[in-house]
Amino acid sequence: MTTSNASGDVVLDVTGLTKRFGGLVAVDSVDFQVRRRQIVSLIGPNGAGKTTFFNMVAGQYEPSAGRVVFDGKSLHGLRPHQITARGIGRTFQNIRLFTNETLLENVLVGMHSRLKSGPLASLLRLPSQRREEGEAREKGMALLHLVKLDQYANEAAGNLPYGMQRRLEMARALASEPQLLLLDEPTAGMNPQETVNMISLIRRVRDEFGVAVLLIEHDMQVVMGLSERVTVLNYGQKIAEGTPLDVQRNDNVIEAYLGRRHKRPGDEEADGGTH
Amino acid sequence: MQTDIRMTPGRRSYVEEPADPQQTRNRILQATAFAFVVAYPFLDLLFGWQALLAFIPMMLMITLALGLNIVVGYAGLLDLGYAAFYAIGAYAAAFFTSPNSPLASVLPGSPFAWMQDFWVSMVMAVLVAGCAGAILGAPTLRLRGDYLALVTLGFGEIVPRLVKNLEPWTKGVKGMSPIGRPYLFGCQFGVDPCEILGMKLKLGMIPYYYLTLIVGAISIFAIIRLRNSRLGRAWAAIRDDETAAQGMGINPVTTKLWAFSLGASFSGATGAIFGAYLQTISPDQFEYSTSVIVLCMVILGGTGNIWGVMLGGLLIQSFDRIFAERLTGWVHKAGALTGDPTITAAFNSFDLLKSRLLVFGLCLVLIMNLRPQGILPNRKRRETALTDLPEDDVAPDEAVMIAGATVPTEKPR
Repeated sequence: MTTSNASGDVVLDVTGLTKRFGGLVAVDSVDFQVRRRQIVSLIGPNGAGKTTFFNMVAGQYEPSAGRVVFDGKSLHGLRPHQITARGIGRTFQNIRLFTNETLLENVLVGMHSRLKSGPLASLLRLPSQRREEGEAREKGMALLHLVKLDQYANEAAGNLPYGMQRRLEMARALASEPQLLLLDEPTAGMNPQETVNMISLIRRVRDEFGVAVLLIEHDMQVVMGLSERVTVLNYGQKIAEGTPLDVQRNDNVIEAYLGRRHKRPGDEEADGGTH
Repeated sequence: MQTDIRMTPGRRSYVEEPADPQQTRNRILQATAFAFVVAYPFLDLLFGWQALLAFIPMMLMITLALGLNIVVGYAGLLDLGYAAFYAIGAYAAAFFTSPNSPLASVLPGSPFAWMQDFWVSMVMAVLVAGCAGAILGAPTLRLRGDYLALVTLGFGEIVPRLVKNLEPWTKGVKGMSPIGRPYLFGCQFGVDPCEILGMKLKLGMIPYYYLTLIVGAISIFAIIRLRNSRLGRAWAAIRDDETAAQGMGINPVTTKLWAFSLGASFSGATGAIFGAYLQTISPDQFEYSTSVIVLCMVILGGTGNIWGVMLGGLLIQSFDRIFAERLTGWVHKAGALTGDPTITAAFNSFDLLKSRLLVFGLCLVLIMNLRPQGILPNRKRRETALTDLPEDDVAPDEAVMIAGATVPTEKPR
């Protein structure tokens, strides 16, 4: 059932994913797929289980049941850092930068799993280590240039204003050369102009790097403007899936966001969200 | 001149730090300090300061603080039992070189007699302390913050207890003595006269001074390289946010073990020199108070900044070993100058050596209130956020669809 399409095209294949916290079922048997180079949104009211779902894919939580297959291989039992090395990059809902480090160092940390030099090579400054560091720095600067932060490369990340921090997190996630980018509310707390810019950045990243993007978002402008497919979670269950248009017209979705239609006469489509 | 820190993609060269006047000043300061410590033994002789014997343990303690700074400052793992590794280093070296050690009855004449050499024992001490760091670090891996600190406190207590009770090997509370001295060019450190190239020299403790200086310099060099490496960045990431660090592909287990192990290995070399210099080691030299003093040196100077750590170490140690004594002496002399017996007696009752812990405590309270980040805080973070930034300057390179108005044309297959 999960692979009705050519499976080579599917980068993330989630089957029956479940997470229980005691008696609470935060994510309930969710099936989910992301194709290569696809932008997919995961939406749902607060507490619907979106971030829990993310954390299971990224390895932060261990699923209670179900499986996650990434790039044809199961991610079962892998630690978060191993999953990053496999090719899943992520950003966090409440920005988690390394605030005392410079922007460039933040991006270089993102490259960690793609660099090899050990402590001994670093102590001796072996030619291989010097070359690797030089290339990494250049690549890091190029990534900072992409998010238009290269002029602040030697500032501490904690000194950046909020919108720029979100962009830096994006550059840092890209530094791990992911095939799938998990973005947890990439426009949360942004003003409308910053939001518009972030949308174009995400699309550019997909086009230039060929990554698939899975995002959690509350801002319907972002969801509808960006995603090719939308999956809606409510109380941990998948209640709808399809193109943005399909989802907007789905009765279940409207009910989940706004309550039953007959109780709220005159309500329009589910465009409000909880944001 | 301001160096351009910006880099356009494709340009070959990159600049790590902008060469601002501040940095030039720092360079000059560093060079002056370096010249001073290199010339110190001669200046000491020339001016009759008689503080060489205080300088050697002082520099050993500073090297120790640099090692602890890897664990506490770089990796953010609060270690309250660092003296344990110092002890392990000192005992490991003494084990090979001391005639009191059980090995002394086995090694001579055996194919392993070369192990009794001080230089070999110092390398052994580094390796043993490094391994001990990894082994003792392992149980702390799952712990964070306060819990980790408590476990390291436990180690700090266990190691001296073990040393006290493993009498057949360590000679218990009596300690091990004598300990093999280093030899170089046929000259034994700390034993006069010394014959080099037919000249008979009275070097006193000067060779130990330079040995300590060289080990300290190598440590600084190595630590700077480590800090600016892949591992150094991983330490900083783990310190700032462990969850995010894992999300960036950093294995927290190996990263922390490297911090403990490398941090401990510096104390191994220090311990070996310390034993050879004092010619005796006993468990009470490695008690909790040693760990605390070294930790204070790190925090006072500026956690995570090696220049700060050295400055903090210099202040604490020079007060402890030089100025407390000298100041007391000066006050007593001043009292005697007055010629009045009551005033002389009053001045004589002043003794900084007795109240040095009080002074030390007061200084900590003061400095932590005035400069909570230490005297020389870690460089990068500013006091205030960036100002005068342009408006968010990413230009939208395409019109963005408004919700519901347009739906992306690309349909999933």
